[in-house]
Amino acid sequence: MSLDPATVRRIATLARIRVEDAEIAQLQSELNGILGWIEQLNEVNIEGVEPLTGAARMALKMREDVVNDGDMQDKVLANAPERIGAYFAVPKVVE
Amino acid sequence: MMLTDLTLAAARRGLGERAFTSRELTEAHLAAIEALNPRLNAFITVTGEQALAQADASDAALARGDDRPLTGVPIAMKDLFCTEGVRTTAGSRILGRFVPPYESTVSANLLRAGAVFLGKTNMDEFAMGSSNMTSAYGPVENPWKRRQDADAVLVPGGSSGGSAAAVAARLALGATGTDTGGSIRQPASFCGIVGLKPTYGRCSRWGVVAFASSLDHPGPLARSVEDCAILLGAMAGHDPKDSTSADVPLGDYQGACGRSVKGMRIGVPREYRADGMPEEIEALWRQGVDWLRDAGAEVVDVSLPHTKYGLATYYIVAPAEASSNLARYDGVRFGLRTNGKDLRDLYERTRAEGFGAEVRRRVLIGTYVLSAGYYDAYYLRAQKVRALIRRDFTEAFARVDALLTPTAPSAAFVQGEKMDDPIKMYLNDLFTVPADLAGVPAISVPAGLDANGLPIGLQVIGKPFDEEMVFAVGAALERAAGFDALPTIRADSVAGQPPPPCPLPQGEGELPP
Amino acid sequence: MSYTIKGTDGPWEVVIGLEVHAQVISKAKLFSGAATDFGAEPNTQVSFVDAAFPGMLPVINRECVAQAVRTGLGLNAHINMVSRFDRKNYFYADLPAGYQISQYQHPIVGEGTVEIELPDSSTKPIGITRLHLEQDAGKSLHDQHPTKSLIDLNRAGVALMEIVSEPDLRSPEEAGAYLRKLRTILRYLGTCDGNMEEGSLRADVNVSVRKHGEPYRTRCEVKNVNSVRFVMQAIEAEAKRQVEVWESGGTVEQETRLFDAARGVTRSMRTKEDAHDYRYFPDPDLLPLVLDEDWIAELKAELPELPDVKKARFMQQYGLPAYDAGVLVAEQATADFYETVAAGRDAKQAANWVMGDFFAALNRTGRTIVDSPVSAPNLSKLLDLIADGTINGRIAKEVFEAMVQTGHDPASIVEAKGLRQVTDTGAVDAAVERVLAANADKVAEYRSGKDKLFGFFVGQVMKAMAGKGNPALVNEALRRSLG
Repeated sequence: MSLDPATVRRIATLARIRVEDAEIAQLQSELNGILGWIEQLNEVNIEGVEPLTGAARMALKMREDVVNDGDMQDKVLANAPERIGAYFAVPKVVE
Repeated sequence: MMLTDLTLAAARRGLGERAFTSRELTEAHLAAIEALNPRLNAFITVTGEQALAQADASDAALARGDDRPLTGVPIAMKDLFCTEGVRTTAGSRILGRFVPPYESTVSANLLRAGAVFLGKTNMDEFAMGSSNMTSAYGPVENPWKRRQDADAVLVPGGSSGGSAAAVAARLALGATGTDTGGSIRQPASFCGIVGLKPTYGRCSRWGVVAFASSLDHPGPLARSVEDCAILLGAMAGHDPKDSTSADVPLGDYQGACGRSVKGMRIGVPREYRADGMPEEIEALWRQGVDWLRDAGAEVVDVSLPHTKYGLATYYIVAPAEASSNLARYDGVRFGLRTNGKDLRDLYERTRAEGFGAEVRRRVLIGTYVLSAGYYDAYYLRAQKVRALIRRDFTEAFARVDALLTPTAPSAAFVQGEKMDDPIKMYLNDLFTVPADLAGVPAISVPAGLDANGLPIGLQVIGKPFDEEMVFAVGAALERAAGFDALPTIRADSVAGQPPPPCPLPQGEGELPP
Repeated sequence: MSYTIKGTDGPWEVVIGLEVHAQVISKAKLFSGAATDFGAEPNTQVSFVDAAFPGMLPVINRECVAQAVRTGLGLNAHINMVSRFDRKNYFYADLPAGYQISQYQHPIVGEGTVEIELPDSSTKPIGITRLHLEQDAGKSLHDQHPTKSLIDLNRAGVALMEIVSEPDLRSPEEAGAYLRKLRTILRYLGTCDGNMEEGSLRADVNVSVRKHGEPYRTRCEVKNVNSVRFVMQAIEAEAKRQVEVWESGGTVEQETRLFDAARGVTRSMRTKEDAHDYRYFPDPDLLPLVLDEDWIAELKAELPELPDVKKARFMQQYGLPAYDAGVLVAEQATADFYETVAAGRDAKQAANWVMGDFFAALNRTGRTIVDSPVSAPNLSKLLDLIADGTINGRIAKEVFEAMVQTGHDPASIVEAKGLRQVTDTGAVDAAVERVLAANADKVAEYRSGKDKLFGFFVGQVMKAMAGKGNPALVNEALRRSLG
């Protein structure tokens, strides 16, 4: 699977990372290098194999329905780059 | 011998016997850091005042007969662990001046065990790397130098490069790290120290900045196998705040270090070789086999046929999980914000400015392999190969108790090497990645030096939750290897400082001068 | 008569499916211990997990899982013993982690059915495709500041059940009936309060149109419709729009739209380039959710009697017609109220009083069954007073009015106002005598054959007795006197 510049841009948009025009070519080459290298997995016979979705082998533990968190407005907002009153602030979004 | 030359175990005994105080011990380490960190760059943040306060509190506790495993022992924390009130960077610009309002479970466990925190160590950005060259806070210098080339600046390995360098240079008695593709073991090997990746879920990930959730393993680095065992005993344990945390009882790790390996079956997997791997590593591996045989173990040839696919599997799964885990770094609630003309622009500029090149590469790869139309071909396939890699281990462990392999396909290389092609760097993790994918415990023990005088580690891999076996075999190797070489840059070689007398506990009732 | 949109070249059938997001009733959130109350000060019900701080991890709330299972059981659906959580990845200001924890390929609940009642009393089964658990997002306020949007994460992480119907609905009415029925079931189960104004129940409406017999055409999704009425209006508006597009030779594009209630039209929500690629993959911070058979059986045993079963029982036990039974079971509180009143009494009379005077009084006073001015025990006592002859039906209505005003019990009102029915035959005879004497001409007319005047005499006697005459005695006395 070889990436073209348009695909590199599309992925960068999906990932919300700005890529300048001047960077596209090198990025394309690096990504294609890595993708080409991982193609070797196609050699493996995976027929009938269930995917391993995690190294842990247990079932999900559940917690009790108790309120024991939150109620710390200042701590939650303390590291905010921009805060207006009790809210996080971002550039206005038009829907 | 200086206080900074002690093993963690000896230091703890010395403190208990009041041979010296935690304050003395901590001051010695802080002085070493002050002298050497400007060069090594192993620490991003040094918490001197806090450490001294903790040391004083430890001394008071010791006077009351406190017997916790780490009381008064100064250690370092990889800057991937969120430490309450202490800036945490994950080696990245994007966290800005983030100060966590919470303590990670592992660091809280260590504090509860009495440890003194010296500071936060340098690391590859978001734990993505095997050389510590991707840190936004500059590279770390390996305290080891090549015999013939004292000027070459070597990498300590990564991503826990700062922790490994700090321990090797005697700036800390021990340190925490995380291992996702080899990031504890490989730098341990490059720096001539011991590093353990426990079983997945053994140490809680709560409060550890996430890279690849199913592959991140917090673990200890120290200068002896026993020291790592002591650290693991304090770090590990079930955490209900981490759904992937294992609810399995801890073992007697320190006790296991003294266990004989007579009658143990050690597997040697033929696939753990690489093109161009130095013959010395191969030779040291054979030497390791002999050592274990001499200690009474039975050595068996085994095959882990899917070993060579480990890296490719890893470089699909880890970036995929990372691309999602790093989506929260968006300039809205904490960390760096670069303003933009609208919200999307803000996201794109913040993340472009905040993420380094390697992180960007992996996030993009991860985004791509999960994207519509490619999930089956890449991610799903990789998770199936991962299942096969784990099955290789399961089948091998039906016949043996542990495996012996080299830790890395080379010794430490020069800063700047392998940077032209990401894949060259990725190959560092060839022998470490499979244990991450399968979640099995593995340790690196320094076994010898190469022709350049650089340390080479041997790796012991064990069954899930059988860290005791890993420590037993690791300790046996350590005894047999008798590795006593010292790195060039270290605390007792601080210019102009005569080594102060060290009141080492040498027997019962010996009092300090 | 089935619903169609009249196009220029014939009728178009409308195909509708609903995706309903129901906020789960629980004290804490789906994956964190923060509270879920509505209307709290901004960012006060936020854990570091909800705010997606570095190193934070999800831990699932058992009660939220139980609520999803209860709902699945209430929808006659298949409970999946093993299900999985997946990440749905996209960037938005109210989604702190940049992904939502949801369930994609393996939801907790599979196929089920909901029976809906149509105005003509017929019923129709509507298929449920699936139900899954997912996190709700925070709230963005776009109109509080000229250049900034403000983010409140209180709602981020609250548990939602997404309930997806098969595209079995064929008209706005059916969709309305389905949504109302679903809401009733959720309220009965106590798994969601169904409050659409507060946003605890939201509907995304999938609409497409086609000519009879055709396969399905492209559908559009109208998102976040927050009332039953708007759902019905949105369907009609969107169906008309699509018919116009097809008939003018165009193609309906698959897209997400919003309903503009003020203008009664739908408008496109997103531009094409924002077409989301959610990159679903299993959440590596969680493990498979494995349910225990015994636990499911326990939850099933604890379920309340559900509306369909209760309705059938009401018809059988109280002899009520389907429509009446349906009205009484629409809210569990109403059904309980009715049963208290009907117990050991004339069930039909009880139904008439509840559905008649009682409902009218609630409407008039703007109250609900929960804060009713008249309690069930008191209404029961009123019926008892009628049954034992203390008051007659007409006086009962007067007493009821006083009960609504004062909240007092009927017996004390009857005493205070002296409304006891008069059963003294002497008094009745005296009143009859007075009335006949005062209306001699009408008496003569009656006796000469104008039977209809009997009612007039009854009315006059009642008036003379201030309404308190026992109707049976009055009738009897009149017949005797009039001959």
